[in-house]
Amino acid sequence: MIFHKYANPTRFLKLASLIQPWAAAATVLLFLSGLYFALLASPGDYQQGETVRIMYIHVPAAWMAMFCYTAMAVAAAVGLIWKHPVADLAARATAPIGACFTFLALFTGSLWGKPMWGTWWVWDARLTSVLILFFLYLGYMALANAFDDPARGSKASAILALVGVVNVPVIKFSVDWWNTLHQPASVVKMSGPAIHPSMLIPLILMALAFKAYYIWVLLIRMRAEINEGKIRSLRLRQVHAGQPPDAAGDKITQAVN
Amino acid sequence: MDGFASYLNMGGHGGFIWSAYGMVFIVLLGLWLISRRYVRLSKAQLDHLDQKRPHRQESQTDET
Repeated sequence: MIFHKYANPTRFLKLASLIQPWAAAATVLLFLSGLYFALLASPGDYQQGETVRIMYIHVPAAWMAMFCYTAMAVAAAVGLIWKHPVADLAARATAPIGACFTFLALFTGSLWGKPMWGTWWVWDARLTSVLILFFLYLGYMALANAFDDPARGSKASAILALVGVVNVPVIKFSVDWWNTLHQPASVVKMSGPAIHPSMLIPLILMALAFKAYYIWVLLIRMRAEINEGKIRSLRLRQVHAGQPPDAAGDKITQAVN
Repeated sequence: MDGFASYLNMGGHGGFIWSAYGMVFIVLLGLWLISRRYVRLSKAQLDHLDQKRPHRQESQTDET
């Protein structure tokens, strides 16, 4: 079964090195074409004017914020239930990427809110639930790295990820369930997208660019996580063999954290 | 030139729009650079530890 086949990090690394250049190329091409349509070839909105261009980065960032959290929770669950080592690493590697997308959704939303709503921030259901999502990512990362034994960190943070996943549908349906300044869904809805193709094309291109970027950076971070695991086991072997542990690895952890 | 200036002005909302795009650029580029540095440093450390291993294996072989 393919699911178990890639529980082997070495086998996974072979697959990752095949996918990574394609993901990098797709990211660059999709961003270039998406930015061309978003900033040059698409019209302003009849109500919002030029500020609608913020939508082409805000909406993909918000979609990716929710997608990454769901992916992280699924990977964490697979790691927790089947002790799938690569799934644990995927969850750990996804968290900082998802946190960045969530920050960007909040930041660009605030910059869109000021000219359109007259305020940078409002404590309504959509904005507050996305802020909670950002704190969930931060909590996950803090918890995953809080233990000397990474397996314990993965287990504790997986439980947090699974509890927090209830926030994802709350974000999605918050605009329907509560009164909010935030507009309801325009693209992903039962009756089809209520958005003109001239605006839908840049939105889809930018969404695909964000997705390709996620895959690219995820693979880079997973390679690093696999290296870290190998370093840890080599240092443990050194300790068991009675050699002094190599301190250089600590510098790496400090440098990237 | 006026055309370019008015394009940058974005109907008076240029500050909001360019700040949003600028932050996306900074965060996504920054995360990519940090991740690349992470994998390079960990690879260098792994290679460094791997270089030590043959000596240890040789000594183990000698012992056996």
